[in-house]
Amino acid sequence: MAAKRAAKKPNVSGEELTQYYRDMLLIRRFEEKAGQLYGMGLIGGFCHLYIGQEAVVVGLEAATEDGDKRITSYRDHGHMLACGMDANGVMAELTGREGGYSKGKGGSMHMFSKEKHFYGGHGIVGAQVPLGAGLAFADKYKDNSRVTFTYFGDGAANQGQVYETFNMAALWDLPVIFVIENNQYAMGTAQARSTSSQDIYKRGEAFGIPGEMVDGMDVLAVKDASERAVKHCRSGKGPYILEVKTYRYRGHSMSDPAKYRTREEVQKMREERDPIENVRQLLLTGKHATEDDLKAIDKEIKAIVNASADFAKESPLPDEAELWTDIYA
Amino acid sequence: MATEILMPALSPTMEEGTLAKWLVKEGDTVQSGDILAEIETDKATMEFEAVDEGVIGKILVTEGTEGVAVNTAIAILAEDGEDVSAIEATPVVAPDEAAPAATAPAAAPAQAAPAPPTPDLTPDWPQGTPMKTQTVREALRDAMAEEMRGDEDVYLMGEEVAEYQGAYKISQGLLDEFGSKRVIDTPITEHGFAGIAVGAAFGGLKPIVEFMTFNFAMQAIDQIINSAAKTLYMSGGQMGAPMVFRGPNGAAARVGAQHSQDYAAWYAQIPGLKVAMPYSASDAKGLLKSAIRDPNPVIFLENEIMYGRSFEVPDMDDFTIPFGKARIWREGSDVTIVSFGIGMHYALEAADKLAEDGISAEVIDLRTLRPIDYDTVIASVMKTNRCVTVEEGWPVGSIGNHLSATIMERAFDYLDAPVINCTGKDVPMPYAANLEKLALTTTDEVVAAVKQVTYR
Repeated sequence: MAAKRAAKKPNVSGEELTQYYRDMLLIRRFEEKAGQLYGMGLIGGFCHLYIGQEAVVVGLEAATEDGDKRITSYRDHGHMLACGMDANGVMAELTGREGGYSKGKGGSMHMFSKEKHFYGGHGIVGAQVPLGAGLAFADKYKDNSRVTFTYFGDGAANQGQVYETFNMAALWDLPVIFVIENNQYAMGTAQARSTSSQDIYKRGEAFGIPGEMVDGMDVLAVKDASERAVKHCRSGKGPYILEVKTYRYRGHSMSDPAKYRTREEVQKMREERDPIENVRQLLLTGKHATEDDLKAIDKEIKAIVNASADFAKESPLPDEAELWTDIYA
Repeated sequence: MATEILMPALSPTMEEGTLAKWLVKEGDTVQSGDILAEIETDKATMEFEAVDEGVIGKILVTEGTEGVAVNTAIAILAEDGEDVSAIEATPVVAPDEAAPAATAPAAAPAQAAPAPPTPDLTPDWPQGTPMKTQTVREALRDAMAEEMRGDEDVYLMGEEVAEYQGAYKISQGLLDEFGSKRVIDTPITEHGFAGIAVGAAFGGLKPIVEFMTFNFAMQAIDQIINSAAKTLYMSGGQMGAPMVFRGPNGAAARVGAQHSQDYAAWYAQIPGLKVAMPYSASDAKGLLKSAIRDPNPVIFLENEIMYGRSFEVPDMDDFTIPFGKARIWREGSDVTIVSFGIGMHYALEAADKLAEDGISAEVIDLRTLRPIDYDTVIASVMKTNRCVTVEEGWPVGSIGNHLSATIMERAFDYLDAPVINCTGKDVPMPYAANLEKLALTTTDEVVAAVKQVTYR
């Protein structure tokens, strides 16, 4: 059983660091833009932003190979961008337009890309956990050495089906990495108020699933842990649990007044632990990039995000005939 | 360049709000993420954050203003160094009135009674096909075995399906033939293994999930409906769940309230699912083979009491029954009796008794409940002018209710009597033998209903 380990800095090139910076910044700027479009009424319903948690998915994706699968909850925009889905298609799905990944029929919480092996986007807390194990089941059945990243939050970690899944995943040695994104609040309920034992990574112990806690504000620590987990799964040893401690800066969804935590708590996290700022400093102090280089990246990202917003505004509403399609294959 | 800061929508239902308090003043420099103002929505007081960096040029809506419409410019954000004094606010334009709701479809004008539809009456198998006698149990097993031989991606999972050979022996012999990779005993964990099977279907397999009974599938119903049935739609057609959920449904005998429930109407309500509920062994086999091949999630409702009943099954390769095609078991001219599953037992028995009294009943087995073969029912009712439906499920929101409404819409002028729904009684299933019998529908009730609609 792996204990909580201190994150040792893995060897990483300037190029890789720059890529992580770029990927995390894309998510942050995309989400800020999504928040803005929500405010303008262009995005409706529920919209859960990933701001603050960027290092989690970027670090995990750093250890993936082609054909590996991922599935997550409704806080899914970051996961889609990180696995290479097109920002235009994601933003247009948020605005409910024809150009969206689900032709406007899924929305923020229900998006998929078969091409990128992104299996949703699920709106029922915890339901994606057995589904992710099922994807891994299919890979094991086909004996193709793929792994599935199954993301869920500290809130979902209290759903019964998670433990039903742990049991079967361990029983059948399924190649699934359970990534618990512990952002410390299940909607408005602090973890200490909902969870009897705070160390969720230990919850696999009863099933013989190794787990470890990871600093989710440090993309390199996440990447390092992801590599260990992938190695374990790909070698046929069964599931692995990563509890990634992270923090969401924004509310649970757009309509969350966030009265359950102080402004100072959020501010402190932003100022001291921001995952993007951390990498920025690494790039500058390691002389991998200059201020000007980073400004150029910022500009490039801004252009991608603005283009996605333009696309999402200009893409037409789905044809009314779409109401009746895709019900049966 | 200066940009307008607009009154944000801060909840799914917000159309206007109160600008409670400004936390910045003109001339302040703001960074992305800084709190600009507090806004009262229909739900709560929310902090409104800056998205872009810049200098607050002008505040256009003073704090305390109520009823500020979403998207109204409330301030001007200038870029650092820009001359804010020159900025003029563009006039506030109220957003367009919401487009009028799409016009409701006009009511169909009154017209002459419609002509009867022409249902598909092709026989289920060619004339002269040799037949063999089989139980429903054997037919179900043969269907699975044949499909598993033909497609490596088809596998069976459920409680006691492998080593125990099936709690009701439906999977007898399958472990021996296909091995433990494809015939998988699960722990008692319906929610979990149903979800795993849906995920496996997303991943390209074609699972058959056996529920020991459908009563236990209630533990898994979120995965069946929210994950299996809806994903094709939610993904814009990219991926769905080609799979079968099967097992005994409805009342068995003396097992009480929690183990005796008919889910036909529950699942038949869900777009994205297909639902079969066979009566005979040939339909059990032909429909299950179709279900396994179907690219959609199929609910396959069997019945424990029917497992041991024998029927004639065509002895032919690759025999399938299509979904959405009812079977007319008995032609008649005085009344149409529509049923499915074990309800057919009462329907056919009633038809025999009615014949003794000189009443000719046409008996239709729907076989599948999604899709439903309305045409066969409507054509028959247009001929007989009377209809009785038979099912074991509860009366409220029953399949019979739905058929009555459809018949009223499509064949109102042909009806000579109200449609009667014979259903299970509106009570949980009692244990006592006499009460259990009363709780289910009976042949005598069907006979009485037919006499009522035929005014005999």
